This record gives sequence, structure tokens and C-alpha cells, in this order.
Amino acid sequence: MAGLGDPDEGLARRLKALACTAPLHDLDARKAKLDWADATVYQMAEIGLHTIDQVTIAMDFDTGADHQQVVNRLLPFIAAQAPGRGAGEHTRVARWVLDNLINVGTTDRGFRRVYGSVDADGRYRRRAFDFKLLVELAAPDGEVYLRATDEAINVLVGALDTDVESAQIAAEVKLENLITRGRLADAKLAAEQARYRTVQYGETLRARLDATRRDVRSVDWEREVPELLDSALSHIESRFRAETAILKNITAARDEAEDPGHKRRAAELVEIVGDCIRRHTQLQSRLQAAGAVFRAEQDRQQFSGPPQRAAIDVFGQLLTPTLELPLADAVAPTQAFFHAATGIAVPALPSLPSLVSLLLRPAPEREQLVGEVPEPELAPAEVTDSYSDEQWRLADELLDLPEVPRRLSGLLAEARETDAGVARLVALRALHAYGPEVGAAIRQGERRVLLAFDDGTMLDDPEFGGADLLLMSAGVDGRDGTETEEVA
Amino acid sequence: MSTGHSSADAEAAARLVSFGMRPKLLPGRDVVYGELVRRYGEDSAFKQLTHAVAAGLGLMVLEVSTQAGAVLAATDESIFEIKMDTYARQSKIRERRDTEKVLHGLIHLATAALGYPRPDDLANDTYIGRVSVEQVDGVVREACRILDERAGGNKDPLADAPELEQAWRAYARRPAAAATKDGRLASDTTRGMVARALRFLSEHGFLVQVSGEQGGTYRTTPRYQVQVRELAADAAFDELLTLGVVSVPGGEGSLRATASDTL
Repeated sequence: MAGLGDPDEGLARRLKALACTAPLHDLDARKAKLDWADATVYQMAEIGLHTIDQVTIAMDFDTGADHQQVVNRLLPFIAAQAPGRGAGEHTRVARWVLDNLINVGTTDRGFRRVYGSVDADGRYRRRAFDFKLLVELAAPDGEVYLRATDEAINVLVGALDTDVESAQIAAEVKLENLITRGRLADAKLAAEQARYRTVQYGETLRARLDATRRDVRSVDWEREVPELLDSALSHIESRFRAETAILKNITAARDEAEDPGHKRRAAELVEIVGDCIRRHTQLQSRLQAAGAVFRAEQDRQQFSGPPQRAAIDVFGQLLTPTLELPLADAVAPTQAFFHAATGIAVPALPSLPSLVSLLLRPAPEREQLVGEVPEPELAPAEVTDSYSDEQWRLADELLDLPEVPRRLSGLLAEARETDAGVARLVALRALHAYGPEVGAAIRQGERRVLLAFDDGTMLDDPEFGGADLLLMSAGVDGRDGTETEEVA
Repeated sequence: MSTGHSSADAEAAARLVSFGMRPKLLPGRDVVYGELVRRYGEDSAFKQLTHAVAAGLGLMVLEVSTQAGAVLAATDESIFEIKMDTYARQSKIRERRDTEKVLHGLIHLATAALGYPRPDDLANDTYIGRVSVEQVDGVVREACRILDERAGGNKDPLADAPELEQAWRAYARRPAAAATKDGRLASDTTRGMVARALRFLSEHGFLVQVSGEQGGTYRTTPRYQVQVRELAADAAFDELLTLGVVSVPGGEGSLRATASDTL
């Protein structure tokens, strides 16, 4: 990504940084339009920044904050801005800001900004920068929690000339944030990082064991796994020693501290360290069992026979190449696979007994149906004018028949002399005039309305069929509600 | 055996085909089914007749075995065909249809890739794979991350040509999970789509749910293996071949247990 070294890169970077602030400005721009409250008193951009702060602070190294927690923490800040308003409204404002920072309602739940850059050939290309501020992730227990993205954390700093996609800068800012939060933060950070490392070891080990269960040969049990086990064990050993020491000292500090703030922080740290020790113990027991899993799987799998035929490597030969394809090209292979891999659908036959019971079943509870309501995005209609203004004008002239009724065939012949399109328009308007909406004409204040009458004569025309209608313009008198009809 | 078939033979062949239409029924569980499968293996005239009956219905017989039963596939324009348009129909209108179809297709590909990590697994009749919602989503996201690292230069897609955006980018941009008002998994997130695909496959007898862990854990059935091996993989491979983007096969398979140092 870097290394091109052109001046354009700095520009693109600053444009991207600028783009990240747009959702915040947007909050203030749209607050006046909210229909459920007069939200102009709230400083939405401030609340937005505060929301990102709250999520970032709540972001432990392995989980983030829950929606409700974030809303709760925002409430005092919002209440300070508008003390006169009710708590319900404050909650709603918090929800609104949170939803908008996630960008709920769009499919990708993110933001997109278009920016221009000059590519290697010197051409100006418009590119789309996709970014998110808050993301929702699923925890192992199925709960959805929030995390601030690297972009959001970088926006927080306010420095515009930073590489907003850099995870490393974001990590530094996070780190600094944690350190400035208090003297105990260092110990807390170390403990948290160790816990994170433990989770990571556990995760790696689990992945290796899973792979082993699928196929012993896919995992290197000769070098890689023993090394992993060794390093995990030495990690646990060193942390056990450090954490037992911390626990002893901090527990003492907690009990002795006078300042309630310090006391609380120390208590927090004790809790974290306690959790760390619990996790280390867990990992250790899993490490001890790993060898047994390997041996059991080896015994089980050595009975499976050698491969009988050559087959396709689905991941390397199908999935990866398809992922690299442009969307337009990827349709054909994915569709071909889907079509063949999903088998057959047996058409359902309606049966009378089940139809009857289906119809008699009480309507399901509405609450169970409520999902996310998609907001339709209406595309602007294509140009619907089939006829040009000029054709309408010609048709108007032809159909202005104040005195004598004329036959459709004659009008068609005359129209065709100028333009076939005019003839079609005349025929359509004649058809429309067969059932004229006189009431509508009066409401719209029109002076006259075109009437058509069928006297049974057939239309002899190469293009149109039906009755050769008699056409005549009739005056409309809107004042007394009667129409003077002069049809033959 | 003479070439003439009695009407009883035709009925038996048609019955075998109709057993194949019930994907969850296995020859081991039904005496009549088991007998027909045995006859199919031993009697070549009956085999021909079964193929003819299936062909007349717009079906192909991929394999008939005791483990998998009669595995059928729909020919083009058959009434038994499952169309992607129908499957992807529930998607929101505003999203470009192609993107939605590609994402669904990728998820089905990833399911097969995770179910059969190596070519040998696909070839080995006794192999049973395990997939879960979390793993399928994880495998694709990990592949996306690697492709992202590999991409050089300015990686942002062109704004005026959305159809040239690479498929992995569309997948990576889609959120993995999103909370809905009633606390369920939103259906247009990748995890929602994976959960749907796995449920769909299990309804068609291709997967069997083992547990609810990791968003739903399933094991593959012999039927799925036959379907992927005999038809789907080749079909997709042919498409990729015409686009000229596939690599030479190796014996090892390229799906690896990933190191999670990059968390």
C-alpha cells in the first residue's frame, strides 16, 4: 500500500481522515429533522465522540461493550446538555446517536465516501472509501457487542494527517489512553494483555485440535504443536508467578487504600488478575489433555483408507479464486456451484386437509414477526414520456374539434401524414376519451373535454382495430355542474 | 437379461427415484429402499431403466449407494431445479442482486471447503466433515484478510464501477453480526446468511445438526459428498476454467488451520 511515494497519497490519506468525521457532522445536520423531539439543544457531534470514547474504553482486549451499557454510560452526559428534558428522551437520543454511528438501516452497516486520486498512469480515478466507526460482533455466547474500529479511534485523536486504517497507530493511542488513566493502569494493562495472550493460546490450540480431529496429517505434531505447547506452558508459568505477586500486593493495597477511587481501581485490578489466573489454569488443563487427543485421533484415523480418486481442492481451487474475481465475473461460478450443490427441490403438492388447517390456523403473534424493516430505496423513474412535446402539440391541434365531430379514421390518416407517433397518440387519446372523467375535468378547471362515441362503424386501419369512434370536444361548465354534450 | 422391461420393473425403478427425492431417508433404514439399491448395483438393465426414468423426469442419477442412497441432481430447466434467484429472493431489494447472489454462493462454497478441507477428504467415501456457522464465516473472513494483505497499490475500489469490485471486498465489508430489535441474528449479515445456508443444506439432507455450539455445528452426510464431488465442484471448476483463473491441482489441499496471532 505504501511505497508509491507520490504526493497524492498524503492527499488521499487526509481525504479519508476527513471522511471519517463526516458521520459526526451529519448527526448535527440531521438533528433538526427528528420528529420525536426538538433535538436542536443537543450537541450531537459531541455525543457521538463521547459514544466512541465510551465504546473504546469499554473495549477490553477480547470483548467490547454491549449496546445497553453504552447507552447507560452516555445518559449523564446527555442529561447535562438538556437537564429539562425527560429521561426517556435522553435514552432515545443516546440510541439514535449509537444507531447512526453504526449506521443501522444500511445493508453493510458502514459509511462510504467517494474520493479521487491519480493512478499510476496519471489518470484521475474516483474510488470509494468504505469505513465503519462502530462494529457489532458476535461473542461466543451469541451476544452482540460493540467495538470501535481503528478508523473511529484515529478520528478521536483529531490528527488529520494519520493513516486512518493503521491498526498500529490505533493500538498506540489505545495504550496511551490506558496509561493516562491511572497509576495502576500499567499493571492492569499487563494483566489484560497476558489474559489476551492466554485466550490466543487457547484459541490456537483449539484450532489445532479441531484440525487434528478432522485429519491428523493436517497438523504438524512433530515440531509445530510441541513448540506451541512449550511456549504456552512457559507463558503460564511466568504469568502465574507475576500474577500471584500482583494479587498479593494489590489485595493489600486495596485493603489499605484510603481514597475510594484508588480503592475501586485496585479492586478492579484484583478482579482482572483473578480472572487471568482462572484462565491460565483452564489453559493448562487443556494443554495437558492435548497429547491424549492426538494419540486417540491417530488410533482412530489410521484405519481410514487411502484416497481412491482425485478430486478438486474446494478451498484452493474454487473458493480463493472466486473471492478474487470481480463481482460481475463471480456470479457464474458461484451460481454453478450453488445450483449443483443444493440438490433438488421437490415441488410441494397442495393437499386439501393441510390447506384447510392452514387457513383455519390463528394468525401468528405479530411480535414474533418483527424483524428489521428494510427501508426501500426508490430509484428515480426512467423517463416515462413516450411522446415528445411536439407530438402532444400536434395531437392537441388535431383533437381540438369544437364544432363538427370527426371520425377517428380521418384523424389517424391526417396524423400519419406528419408522424406515425402522433397517430398512435391520437388513437390512445381517442380510446381514453371513450370514458372521459368529466368530474376530474371539472375539478381541474378545464374548459373542454374530449368525448368519443361508438356508432357501430368498424375501424379499417392497418395499425389499429376496433370501432371507428366519433370524436368531439365538449364544453364543460363547472359553475352549475352540468355539461353540454354535443355528441352526434 | 432381455431388453424388455416389465411394468413391475418400471415401477421399481420409479420407486427408487422417488426414494431419492426424500433426501433424509436412508437405505439402511428402509427395507424396500435397501433392496432397490442392491438391485441397482447388481442388475445393469435395472440401472439403465432407473437412469431412463430419472432422465424422463428431468433428473440425473449421480450415485446410488447404501451410504448415500439415490443421489439425484436436476438437469437444466427441470421442475426440480433450485434456482439461485429463488434462494436469494428474500434479500433486500436495494442491494445489487449480483452481490447478494455472489455472497450466498461464496458461503455455499466455503461450507463445502470446510466440510472437505483436502481433495482426499472429498474423494474418501468414509470421510465425514464438520462445519459450524462460526467456522464458515471465519474461513471466508480469513481468506479475505489474506487477499487484502496481498493486494498492493491503492486498494479502494473504483466508485464508478461497482461491478469490478472484487468479491472478497464485498464479503469483508458486510458485517458479521448485527443486533436486531428482538435480539435475533439479522439475516443480511454474513453469520445470518451462513446460518441460513447450513439450515437449508440440512433440510435437504446434506448436513446433520450436531449441536448448537458456535452458532450451529453440523456434520456432512455422504449425500453431500457425492453432490459436491460428482457435480458441484466440477461445475464451478469449469466456470473458473473458462475465466482462466484456476491453478494446477496439488495433493495436499490449501486450507490450513490458521495461526491466530493476527487477532
